[in-house]
Amino acid sequence: MKRGRVTRVVLNVVALAIFVVVVFPVFWMISTALKPDDEIVALNPTWLPTTPTLSHFSAAVERPFFWEDVKNSLIIVGATVTISIVLAFLAAIALAKYGFSGRKLFIVLVIGIQMLPQAGLIIPLYVVLARYHQVNALTGVIVTYMTFVLPFCVWTLRGFLIGIPKDLEEAAMVDGSTRLGAFFRILLPLIAPGLVATSVFAFVTTWNEYIFARILLNDQSKQTITVWLSYFLGTSRNTDWGALMAASTLTAVPVIIFFLLVQRKIVFGLTAGAVKA
Amino acid sequence: MTAAETSILESPRRRRVTLARLARASVPYWLILPVLLAVGAILGYPLYSLIRLSFQHYGLFELIQRQGQPIGLDNYRSVLQDRVFWDTLARTTVFTVANVALTIGIGTLLALLLVRVSTAVRLLLTGGLVLAWSMPTVVAVQVWYWMTNYENGVLNYVLTELHVGDFFHHDWYATTFSQLALVTALVVWGALPFVAITLYAALAQVPRELVEAAEIDGARGWRIFRDVTFPILKPVLLILTSLSIIWDFGVFTQPFLLIGQSQIHPSNYLMGVYLFEEGYFKSDFGRGAAISILMLAIVAVLSVFYVRKMVKVGDAA
Repeated sequence: MKRGRVTRVVLNVVALAIFVVVVFPVFWMISTALKPDDEIVALNPTWLPTTPTLSHFSAAVERPFFWEDVKNSLIIVGATVTISIVLAFLAAIALAKYGFSGRKLFIVLVIGIQMLPQAGLIIPLYVVLARYHQVNALTGVIVTYMTFVLPFCVWTLRGFLIGIPKDLEEAAMVDGSTRLGAFFRILLPLIAPGLVATSVFAFVTTWNEYIFARILLNDQSKQTITVWLSYFLGTSRNTDWGALMAASTLTAVPVIIFFLLVQRKIVFGLTAGAVKA
Repeated sequence: MTAAETSILESPRRRRVTLARLARASVPYWLILPVLLAVGAILGYPLYSLIRLSFQHYGLFELIQRQGQPIGLDNYRSVLQDRVFWDTLARTTVFTVANVALTIGIGTLLALLLVRVSTAVRLLLTGGLVLAWSMPTVVAVQVWYWMTNYENGVLNYVLTELHVGDFFHHDWYATTFSQLALVTALVVWGALPFVAITLYAALAQVPRELVEAAEIDGARGWRIFRDVTFPILKPVLLILTSLSIIWDFGVFTQPFLLIGQSQIHPSNYLMGVYLFEEGYFKSDFGRGAAISILMLAIVAVLSVFYVRKMVKVGDAA
């Protein structure tokens, strides 16, 4: 008995140590962002800022193109997610509620596309989009993102749709509703949380995307916020660590908030079915 | 049933039903059509031009002319005869094996740990993992870079304080090994939460009685894991391993940004970076296309297991 308790305490301490290591980069980012310059470069750094300041945040947002690039990101994310969710929802209904020949092939397509390494596609996308003058245009990035967001949304929404009991749908149809009527009155309200969660996750993926935005948008006023952040160091000779961490925090905060909200609902889509022994 | 038979034998009513049935059978196809069209147009056409490009000389001049010069297999020959390609492939393979082993190994240990600690600690650690998970890759790279810079990075300070050694002004970006080790730390840190939390969810499904029964039978830690826990985790572990292999082999953002464009060099290329530098950055799109096709082929082979597993999942429902 005694041995068991000691083991338990040791395990708890180990878990706490791992917690510190895992969270430290996020903590250090925010802590640095709030420190005045002399505390940042101090040889013996303090863990928490002793005299917190918001000056780095104002320095970060006053950098050229910050607001333009945030706006670009929002436009790209908004358009990509809206179009993708609508189209993907239709396809997800087909997968979840209908049997049809070619279904298997469609699933292979949906899963397979998500496995394509993005680096492998930069050359053809760049060349084709250049041919249609869509390089340096937000529309080019939006359609590119759709190819990856669509399959992800189809698969995730399919998971949510399967969770809806068939009896509910059938009960609605027995009541004299058409399939479409049943869909709007019964299915839609039930799937709403799933739609929201999928949209938010698509938002996060799109907001974080880097490589396609990097090659497809060259103009500084046309770039997304992740590309803007990646160029942050290149623009000054003396690294302004405080402003860099403030900018990093600003880029991460919307994502962190959204991610924490929906993480539980989404993550198991990737391994769906495998967890059930 | 042929059209002639229908018109002679069937009453108009039956025929309408048949048509309605036909209409209903076509519904799923109408539903998937928009996605098919979008993906086909945006991905299908570029994939087709990727194949064409790989057989052409296609540089900046050709990009403006929108017309490549056919050169047969020259691009492939040039890539396959290039030492850099084979070195990069070998380096990427070692990198992938190391990253996947660390991610899955530590992830499994973390999941086993999560089952054993008190509820408060478990919630705290899970929360921390989700927080790390939610960090955008580009942001994580910047934080990593700040923590590891030689002048006032906190990593050197902590290692020195802990008496691991004298790391004052230690330059982590001095050697290829050290650079890739930093990239590994970043990739594993980013991937751990997903692996650990998924495995923890799978572990939660291991029936308590099964473990207790094994304990009564005298089984201890390692044997319980091998004979009771592992068989239940196996399907999930296989899927996670397969996903990790695909992701780590194709990794781009972390090595590209953390090592930094000025320090990127053939001696520290990983596959994704190699492709970017040789194809896009040098504007040698034809050769880049050949590299892309080789890379896509490798990943396609690596993906077979995962895709087959997922198709089974999707088909069963």
